[in-house]
Amino acid sequence: MLNRVSTYLYQRPKLILALLLGPPMLYMLVVYIGSLFALLINSFFYLEEFTGLIVRQFTLRTYLQLFSPTNLGIFGRTAGMAMAVTIADAIIAFPLAYYIARYASPRRKTFLYIAVTLPLWSSYIVRVYAWKLILAKEGIISWFFHLFGLQPMLDGILSIPVIGGSSLSLSPIGMFITFCYIWLPYMIVPIQTALERVPKSLLEASSDLGANAAQTFRNVILPLAFPGVVAGSIFTFSLTLGDFIVPQSLGNSRFFIGQAVYSYQGTAGNIPLAAAMTMGPVVIMVAYLLIARKLGAFDAL
Amino acid sequence: MSTSAIRFENVSRHFGNVKAVDEANLEIRDGEFFSMLGPSGSGKTTCLRMIAGFDRPTSGNIFLYGQDVSNLPPYERDVNTVFQDYALFPHMTIEENIAYGLMIKGVPKAGRYKQVDEMLDLVRLPGFGYRRPSQLSGGQRQRVALARALINHPKVLLLDEPLGALDLKLRQQMQIELKAIQKSVGITFIFVTHDQEEALTMSDRIAVFNEGRIQQVGTPSDIYERPASPFVAGFVGTSNLISGEIAKRITGSEEMFSIRPEKIHLDSSNREPETDMLCIDGVIRDVVYLGLFTRYLVEIEGGNDLVVVVQNLKTTSMDVLSAKGQKVRLLWHKDHMSRVGG
Repeated sequence: MLNRVSTYLYQRPKLILALLLGPPMLYMLVVYIGSLFALLINSFFYLEEFTGLIVRQFTLRTYLQLFSPTNLGIFGRTAGMAMAVTIADAIIAFPLAYYIARYASPRRKTFLYIAVTLPLWSSYIVRVYAWKLILAKEGIISWFFHLFGLQPMLDGILSIPVIGGSSLSLSPIGMFITFCYIWLPYMIVPIQTALERVPKSLLEASSDLGANAAQTFRNVILPLAFPGVVAGSIFTFSLTLGDFIVPQSLGNSRFFIGQAVYSYQGTAGNIPLAAAMTMGPVVIMVAYLLIARKLGAFDAL
Repeated sequence: MSTSAIRFENVSRHFGNVKAVDEANLEIRDGEFFSMLGPSGSGKTTCLRMIAGFDRPTSGNIFLYGQDVSNLPPYERDVNTVFQDYALFPHMTIEENIAYGLMIKGVPKAGRYKQVDEMLDLVRLPGFGYRRPSQLSGGQRQRVALARALINHPKVLLLDEPLGALDLKLRQQMQIELKAIQKSVGITFIFVTHDQEEALTMSDRIAVFNEGRIQQVGTPSDIYERPASPFVAGFVGTSNLISGEIAKRITGSEEMFSIRPEKIHLDSSNREPETDMLCIDGVIRDVVYLGLFTRYLVEIEGGNDLVVVVQNLKTTSMDVLSAKGQKVRLLWHKDHMSRVGG
């Protein structure tokens, strides 16, 4: 019986393809794209402020609200933070990824790989709260500054407008540190994978042709690792863009996109505005990917 | 002294307990096509890598035209390398690959690309400048790697088994081309290979490596006709090594000697050998008909089998195959055998 089914399918390759692709495609279309589409539709409705009811009628007035100074500020703040986190993570991740890919022995490589991904095994919220304690006024970082008599320096940093605050745990600086920590593994792994695929002979060829270490880095290593950096930055950038836990627990009263969406759809009941707000990161990410492609990030894939 | 391109003085390279290269002394002359021949793990590639600067000797010194380069980084040595896997930069066009050395040196763009075009002509790939390495065949990549090295006009060009990945026809064609290019540019070529035929075809001189030691340095005919050790005799071509009791019966001395299979005549007429000819009797144990020639395995009483190769000038397969089991006398000229030390 099984044999006959097998033979039947063998003679109909298109049927096999349909059976294999059908369920995942259905899932993609209905659950994945479908929910995004529902979001898109909702963003074209609007909230009647007087009655508090959602009017299901095509309108662009919700989108217009996005351009209010408050909302523009939220977009700018979030995108700026995402960019800063991405750049910092790339700078921190590269040397470590380079070491893991090039120099570490197989045993040390496994060890470092586990060390890098280990934090991902624990709850993300627990780690955010851990950082809140580390960064708090009574936390270990403040304590260190006290110990070495550097309190004025910490106060100086915290008094910087925009990024400062009353303490590290209540300031954009603290958020930045926490974001960098939380998303770092997502940057290390793709860069390491990209570097792993660069044959050693290419580096030898470069130095053989007269390039010193810095020239080899700029002309060979960096261009070949660039797709990895871009892949990593897609994670760090988009994850920061949509996050609402970190700003909520470590930030000040200035909203980030995630927080805004959370509060619009929750307490305010303004689902159309929340949906429109969500389209912001989508647009930013699409623009980001187009620029990355223009820079040749996907050429070597 | 100044005419030697490369000189090794007691160069050793140890990896832990492994002596990859052990006390090597070597002199490579200016403008010669020099091959380093040996099985894998014999130390030939390590020697090449030490000349390029990818590896440093554990002890000893390497001189490039009189200058001690043992501790200079690769980018400060006037040598270039053609890698076994070609090592072309995948993110650059062929043109950019070839111009890489000039770009690093800071040669202006216009000058660079004029030279690139000359190089593409030299390696017979005109018009390929805008392609990517992935769009080229193995043989074409090979030529690009050669052009990328030669454009810098190095004092010495190092080639690390560059023909290993090519098929037989292409390999033979590239052997001839490489030799012609070497003649036209006049640069010293150092060629690493495990293919003895390739080394014999192309080289002015050959160094035979085994287990980290240089066994013999000489011209192809030196190496082939007068192998200095049993290893060389066995590695370069096929050889019959005879020693001990049998050697004494033939030559009057127990010392080991080697005789090439094609130098031995088969004679069944039982005539007395002419002067200067040496002989021994045996029985043909096996015959392999190979078209162009026939290979006989002749059993010598009290000794090992000897290989004899005879060209099929007048004989047919019927003739030679029927010779199996016959008694035969093996004859050779005493000048054709060579004593092998140790």
